[in-house]
Amino acid sequence: MIKKLSLKKNWLYIPLIALAIFYLLPMYVLLVTGFKSFAEIDLKTMWTLPQGIAFDNYIEAYAKLSPSLFNSFKMVIPAALISSMLGSLNGFILAKWKFRGADIIFPFILFGMFIPYQSIIIPLVQFMNAAGLTGLPGLAMAHIIYGIPITTLTFRNYYASLPQELLEAAKIDGADMLGIYRHILLPISIPSFVVVLIWQFTSAWNDFLFAVILTNNTEWPITVALNNMAGSQIISWNVQMAGSLLAALPTLLVYIFLGRYFLRGLLAGSLKG
Amino acid sequence: MLKNKDRYLSVILISPSIIAVLIFIYGFIGWSARVSLSNWKGLNPDYSWAGLKNYIALFSDPRFHIDVRNTLIFTGVFVVGSMVLGFLTAVMLDQGLKGEGIFRSIFLFPMAISYIVTGVIWRWLMNPAAGTRMSGLNLLFSSLHLDFLVNKWYTTPTWGMAAIAMTAIWQMSGYTMALYLAGLRAIPHELREAAQIDGASEIQIYRHIILPLLTPVSLSALIILGHTSLKVFDLIIAVSGKQLPLDVPAIYMWQTTFDGLFYGRGAAISILLLISVAVLIIPYIRYTLKEEAKQ
Repeated sequence: MIKKLSLKKNWLYIPLIALAIFYLLPMYVLLVTGFKSFAEIDLKTMWTLPQGIAFDNYIEAYAKLSPSLFNSFKMVIPAALISSMLGSLNGFILAKWKFRGADIIFPFILFGMFIPYQSIIIPLVQFMNAAGLTGLPGLAMAHIIYGIPITTLTFRNYYASLPQELLEAAKIDGADMLGIYRHILLPISIPSFVVVLIWQFTSAWNDFLFAVILTNNTEWPITVALNNMAGSQIISWNVQMAGSLLAALPTLLVYIFLGRYFLRGLLAGSLKG
Repeated sequence: MLKNKDRYLSVILISPSIIAVLIFIYGFIGWSARVSLSNWKGLNPDYSWAGLKNYIALFSDPRFHIDVRNTLIFTGVFVVGSMVLGFLTAVMLDQGLKGEGIFRSIFLFPMAISYIVTGVIWRWLMNPAAGTRMSGLNLLFSSLHLDFLVNKWYTTPTWGMAAIAMTAIWQMSGYTMALYLAGLRAIPHELREAAQIDGASEIQIYRHIILPLLTPVSLSALIILGHTSLKVFDLIIAVSGKQLPLDVPAIYMWQTTFDGLFYGRGAAISILLLISVAVLIIPYIRYTLKEEAKQ
């Protein structure tokens, strides 16, 4: 019976493989182009496999993009760490240590997750210039502040799922709020930290709007540098392709090795935890 | 006593975040709204009162009309495409086939990539050049003797936006699949078995039992995708730069504000964008929190 059923469903591999080709096609071009030597590069032979393995394109793309790759790391790592810690603290308070009005505040925080950032960008630029917070520190700060809604939401949903008895027992033992947070909740929050860190890392790494407006060319993160490279007439398409792979590699590696956590962050973004 | 002390402490610990949200989200929205009601045009801030002049100018601005049309085309193609593709892939992957995990990873990986990278790659795949300079997907179609598929992609008049929407589907349909797959997994098996015993066919089960149960998931997907498409920006910039036929409100806002220094009009566009997103999102947040409170 089971065998018959699975035989009947084997035809599903046809559409699944066709779709897999659709999703992988751009990656195929990206990879084969990257490994071709400069001599082999021609738009006419875009789809053919490379004759050998060459690194010309990657070397050239890396030479052009390495400063902005480092800029991205410098900005993304502190932004992801700080916004996760803030989110954890906020989530703990909003789930387990509610003050009066906490339930009224929460939806207002959530709304911040969805706003089009165009609607705050003019004041943001004015403010950052007036405060002298230009460049990478200002960009990191923007990611921390505008990351508060999603990080708070993810941690709040996680802490809300924990039984209240966990806290009551500790309270009877005389632990205070910070003690409970540090000794009971924090140690079991590691999975949520992984989810939030990955999410913040990915979205800050992939951001373009804040980066293009808050940084100048010495501090461009990778998205802005890549976009400018693609817009220039001088740099050929094969180097652009290699550059795209370099720009995508950090978040792709995170996805490949920590995909399960990535998925949970993704689902949290739809408010479904 | 202790309880009171902790209550104050919790307010103190959360207040930096709340103050940041108040200033950087709500304060700044108010500030943008004020700019949108001003005559500010040029390097120096000018808050002289202009009333609704900037908004009225937009409603009769041909460029803004193009933007609205483009956004509608993009939203239509992108939302319908992502939802249909996401639902179908989720259903196929829910059949317990071997290799499910691999397919799931393949369908979802574009979500990890930035719109800029997606845009740069697809710009070369959708190269509209014809004849001997043909390349990208057109070249592939042509060498597979599928010449009827050769087209001008994002340079097609009026429908060029649909080509951009296709790249967005490539990027986001995996997300819709993940939402639907999570929803499908939450449906108890007994329901399907009971329907099977009653003699319902597979298609009937999906139409009359599973699809209605997935309504909340469809709603989430619809709203998340819908509000994403109103905000589309990076993807278009990376595919085509700033060309008028592919203009959208977010690009118009950026250009008129930071290239043209017409802050008043730029702010007005951004507030209209915000309102269109809020119309979708506020009821959604209210509904979600109400459902959560019920549980």
